[in-house]
Amino acid sequence: MIESHGLTKRLGGRTVVTDVSFACAPGTVTGFLGPNGAGKTTTMRMLCGLSAPDAGHAEILGGPYRDLPNPGRRVGILLDASAQHAGRRGQEALTISALTMGADPKRVPELLERVGLEPRAARQRLKAYSLGMRQRLGIANALIGDPEVLILDEPANGLDPEGMRWMRGLLRDFADAGGTVLLSSHLLHEVEAVADQLLIIGQGKIVAAGTREELLAGAGTLVRAADDDAQLGAALSTAGLAARAHPDGGFVVDAEPEQVGRAALAGGVALARLGPSESAGLEQLFFDLTSGAPDAPPAADLQETAR
Amino acid sequence: MSTAAATLPRDRADDPGRDRRPGLLALTRVELRKSHDTRAGFWLLLVCALLVVAVAAITVFAGEDHHHTLRNVFNNCAQILNFLLPVVGILLVTSEWSQRTAQVTFTLVPHRGRVLAAKLLAGAVLALLAFVLTLAVSALFTAINPASFDAWSLGAPLLAQSVVFFVISLLVGTAFGAAFLLSAPAIVSSYVLVIAYAALTSILGLDGLAAWTDQSAFAALTDHSMSAREWARFGTTLLLWLGVPLAVGAYRFLRNEIR
Repeated sequence: MIESHGLTKRLGGRTVVTDVSFACAPGTVTGFLGPNGAGKTTTMRMLCGLSAPDAGHAEILGGPYRDLPNPGRRVGILLDASAQHAGRRGQEALTISALTMGADPKRVPELLERVGLEPRAARQRLKAYSLGMRQRLGIANALIGDPEVLILDEPANGLDPEGMRWMRGLLRDFADAGGTVLLSSHLLHEVEAVADQLLIIGQGKIVAAGTREELLAGAGTLVRAADDDAQLGAALSTAGLAARAHPDGGFVVDAEPEQVGRAALAGGVALARLGPSESAGLEQLFFDLTSGAPDAPPAADLQETAR
Repeated sequence: MSTAAATLPRDRADDPGRDRRPGLLALTRVELRKSHDTRAGFWLLLVCALLVVAVAAITVFAGEDHHHTLRNVFNNCAQILNFLLPVVGILLVTSEWSQRTAQVTFTLVPHRGRVLAAKLLAGAVLALLAFVLTLAVSALFTAINPASFDAWSLGAPLLAQSVVFFVISLLVGTAFGAAFLLSAPAIVSSYVLVIAYAALTSILGLDGLAAWTDQSAFAALTDHSMSAREWARFGTTLLLWLGVPLAVGAYRFLRNEIR
């Protein structure tokens, strides 16, 4: 169980996290989404007691993180996979963590194997690790205390598509066994498939929260003409339906598919596609929600988000 | 690659360690392990040991016969270690910042005071190990080529003072490490400040102040059995060179925002 009550953080005179509240229930995966610099990491750091909030408070398993007697055995944390000593061997880094929390260091080899780090890689110093290997080691480090809560900041960063699929499976199984998972990402597709609940943050504020379906409700209909989108656009406007062009062609229409189909029929346009806007809609929604405010993040961040 | 199925929360009720706070002793053992399980840490400790051997060998094979005493060999080794033990102490703290492992350490042990205490304890243990090693190596080399007269006298008071010397030398480093949280500035200032302070007090003619606060009071520990007055000077010197950096260091260690 993770609860955030009005967490607020000011850094250098700027409020980077504003009144962030949410709850993650056992048995669920929560995807914490937002562009780079939106406040995901700052929020997670406050959850783990690394950073003191200026207002609000967070509870993990019913109390403040720092009140857990042995937090490593209850909460697995990965905030930054690169925050490891470059001159330490992979297996040694895990052993240090295990000894700190009083877990059995004999679990280390088994865990390394489970996250897909070969014994040879485990004996290497971390300097030689790729980002993907560091992420795997970081996930092993989060799991070593056999926790019931996982808090992972951008864990998919640096993983290849196969690794990403592996991680999604791991998190799904962890939640299905009663665990609570909070993972952040700036890329929608990384978490969309695994998250039961999505939490979208932009400029330090939660701009949307709910299940995928809840967020998509009213996201509109995606329609594409077989031959001529311009003709379709005309037909839609004749029918009085509000439509905006979709970047991949066609339109997203604020109406039910049936209404759009009738409008196309009336205009004599053959359709190649007609249906709820689904993931395209979610992507658009994510983009709109997180980039709308006046002091929008730099264009580079938006590019990355939209990709 | 294996499946994730086995990493899942199991029945944990029967594990008593889950809600037991990690003990200070366990944390100290972890800090000791961290001191030598990295490439840099391992080599630093090895260099310390090799230097002791080298200095002991040079002392008994060079120079005049009456210098080949346990007392003299031990003192030379202790003085050379006095340059490196502070670095060992500094790195106990700063490597966690430069390599950013403090983030992992402090999420596992949110009460940072316990981590700092464990680091100081680990520093004291390393100092004791250094003392034992230095004494053993000094005895070995003295035995190889002993002075013809009074080769083995090394009184209990001097031995006890030497233990203090080793521990202080290392802990001053740890305190500087905590005060700066960055390896290079901490190492440089731990050398430069000592010299600069001695020079400055001398230039300004503050001999009285210098006698009570410059680090010559530490050097006396391994040289001769100290008088009460010397112990008093040691106390005031300790306050300046360990007390002040440790106070600043504790504040920064506990408050510094971890990146």
